[in-house]
Amino acid sequence: MSNVHVKLKVNGQVMEGLCEPRTLLVHFLRENLNLTGTHIGCETTHCGVCTVDVNGKSVKSCTMLAVQAQGAEVLTIEGMANADGTLSALQEGFRLMHGLQCGYCTPGMIVRAHRLLKENPNPTEDEIRHGIAGNLCRCTGYQNIVKSIQHAAAKLRGEEFLEAAE
Amino acid sequence: MIPGSFEYHRPKTVSEAVKLLKKGKDARVLAGGHSLLPMMKLRMTDPSALVDLGGIAALRGVKKVGSKIVIGAMTTQHELLASALIAKNLPILHEAAQLIADPQVRYMGTLGGNVVNGDPGNDMPAVMLVLDATYKVTGPIKSRAIKAREFYKGSYETALKPGEIVTALEIPVPGKHGYAYEKLKRKVGDYATAAAAVVLTMKGGKIATCSIAITNLAPKATLVEAAAKTLIGTAGDDTSIAAAVTDARKVMDPANDTRGTPAYRTSVGGTYVARAVKSALRRADR
Repeated sequence: MSNVHVKLKVNGQVMEGLCEPRTLLVHFLRENLNLTGTHIGCETTHCGVCTVDVNGKSVKSCTMLAVQAQGAEVLTIEGMANADGTLSALQEGFRLMHGLQCGYCTPGMIVRAHRLLKENPNPTEDEIRHGIAGNLCRCTGYQNIVKSIQHAAAKLRGEEFLEAAE
Repeated sequence: MIPGSFEYHRPKTVSEAVKLLKKGKDARVLAGGHSLLPMMKLRMTDPSALVDLGGIAALRGVKKVGSKIVIGAMTTQHELLASALIAKNLPILHEAAQLIADPQVRYMGTLGGNVVNGDPGNDMPAVMLVLDATYKVTGPIKSRAIKAREFYKGSYETALKPGEIVTALEIPVPGKHGYAYEKLKRKVGDYATAAAAVVLTMKGGKIATCSIAITNLAPKATLVEAAAKTLIGTAGDDTSIAAAVTDARKVMDPANDTRGTPAYRTSVGGTYVARAVKSALRRADR
């Protein structure tokens, strides 16, 4: 099968590469574009660690072909920090609220939470839990991840989050 | 896990898609890809070509045409959940879509893919059965319409012929009605251990019309006509519901898999039929 020229806008920058039609988006990002922040976990659409944002939708990049994303705007964990290099509200929330232990699920969690807060800037705890239902974490028990997202949501709304990490 | 090699096409129109589908031996349609791509990664299927419908704008969207809601086959579960037209006219679609997989999958997974796939675990076929939906189909020779109630033939067997594409779903808008989709699953993202869809209307305190269908409790999504008939004309009292559950259990033939034994799934299947009937009764305009 002949290779396909895939061109994407990743984290605001136009990037391109050649790949087979069967190349999964996560492999294209990691191997063609050297963006290894997006992790590979279960490879069966369950765990969500490979979540990236494609045209404003959270997508499990192990279940999308790179060619399907042709011309798309993609956001990965590498594009989450503020322009000046400081931590975004979500990254800061995860740091302060201990939203990670081993860190393997974190890129997917943060990219997913980014879209969740864009769609719902003031989510309830229940809405956060349902919103990240496609992302598995085997360390934290989710409690501090939920708090991290609440912390970020409060900060983005200009409010203070008063609870401490567990 | 990487799929086998295939040719990839992304047509702009349905007629182009039909031509491409005809050209490739074992060419398959790619909708949201969240059933097909995992199967290809596991090498359980190995198509020679994929015809991606993602670039055909005409296949997306929800509109009301007369007394029907017409939904483009490539409309995603997420788009259904965001649709005010669906919320107002067909709230059972919201209830079912919310129970499908997880947020990421709902952004990609399409209504068309869900109803055409033919897996008895897909949730939308049972909903389409109770709503008496019709699938609009375009093929290499002619276009036709297939009733959902005549579409499902067995596990992964449908009335769709090779080379045909489901382009839209037409659903008659029920008047004031009660509805429910009740689903038991082991965890988020799982297929149903047992699930039931119910749509009913009331007149003078009695059930006037009723449809009941079950998910993953038989080799295909199945309309349980006997159970619905048992309920029609009753007030939906506990005795009538128990009789309907007995009727429903008679047609259940669930697989023996990690979700449970057939005996267990038939048992909870009845429980979920009863729950769906009760929820629908609560929501019906008595």
